[in-house]
Amino acid sequence: MGLSTSTQASGYTRTAIALHWLIAVALAGSFALGLYMHELPLSPQKLKLYSWHKWAGVTIFLFVTLRLAWRLGHRPPALPIAMPAWQRQAAAATHVLLYVLMFAVPLSGWLMSSAKGFQTVWFGVLPLPDLLEKNKELGDLLQQIHMLLNFCLAGLVFAHAGAAIKHHFSDRDDVLARMLPFLGKPRSGVNQ
Amino acid sequence: MNHAPRPLALLALLLAAPAAQAIEFTQFQPAKSSLSFISKQMNVPVEGRFTSFRGKLAFDPAKPAAARAELEIDLASIDAGSKDANDEVATKAWFNTREYPLARFVATTVKPLDGNRYELTGKMSIKGKTRDLVTPLTVTQEGNSAIFDGALVFKRADHGIGDGIWADFGTVANEVQIKFRIVASAAK
Repeated sequence: MGLSTSTQASGYTRTAIALHWLIAVALAGSFALGLYMHELPLSPQKLKLYSWHKWAGVTIFLFVTLRLAWRLGHRPPALPIAMPAWQRQAAAATHVLLYVLMFAVPLSGWLMSSAKGFQTVWFGVLPLPDLLEKNKELGDLLQQIHMLLNFCLAGLVFAHAGAAIKHHFSDRDDVLARMLPFLGKPRSGVNQ
Repeated sequence: MNHAPRPLALLALLLAAPAAQAIEFTQFQPAKSSLSFISKQMNVPVEGRFTSFRGKLAFDPAKPAAARAELEIDLASIDAGSKDANDEVATKAWFNTREYPLARFVATTVKPLDGNRYELTGKMSIKGKTRDLVTPLTVTQEGNSAIFDGALVFKRADHGIGDGIWADFGTVANEVQIKFRIVASAAK
């Protein structure tokens, strides 16, 4: 008990906060880029955007790995005591799914690139191995899977952000503020 | 039945041996020949190939200097890695296949290097532009056939392939790695 309370701090570490927002911004950017680029007619610009999108995907994958590793060593702060059990379960499930998808989305993109015959070369320097042989049908299928996983992730991100906003403005607890320190302490100390 | 042809084959070999010097490979074998390339897009190597091309050649290992070779490539038979890319490279900025459907290579000299290695020089005409092209060539004899293998770096800008918005080599590199294998058998 002593150990778990000492690691379960009252707030997130700066590292956790920085990684959270870095990943949030990178995910939103890559998602928007992915939506925009795939309808473009073939041009040098399209090839550039595809490469940037793939580089971002590899980078996000690494940041998510870092974030998860950090989280294992630095447990997140406890949820407000006032939260009902179903909300705790929903929050836990959303977080697990968010992590699963943050790994699955870049992985599906990598596999899709391999199957389509376009290797991923990180920042144009580091070639990632092609895990699949070139295969048009498989490439098209993986493209569908990549898209589907992305929409699932986007839906979860909205649920996650929506819940945080609800906690701040409706429940008036510190759930959002502890990830956004400049918000300061909530005005009413309902959960204190 | 199985061993019956053996003495005959042996005899044929004995008879053929002195004549081997004069063997000349002239029959282009399209099914055994290949013409592939690797382009680099944003530093990503992308494989491609041409599936339709014809060769006319005459090569006698004893007289390489007298060798003749011509290769005609149907540029529309390109597989540049994806359907989008195939449609794109047919346009005016690339091969302009409607006006220039063929690429044509005519050998001018074959210089023996060492062993079965040669240096092949010729004129490559694509998209109305003719340029000198030099490639190493390895010739391997296999039974009644000769296999001509070569690899070279081709610069697309020399022929104006990939003009306009594509002219920047930062996206699609100027250098394209070409690998060819031409197989020809001796005339019967």
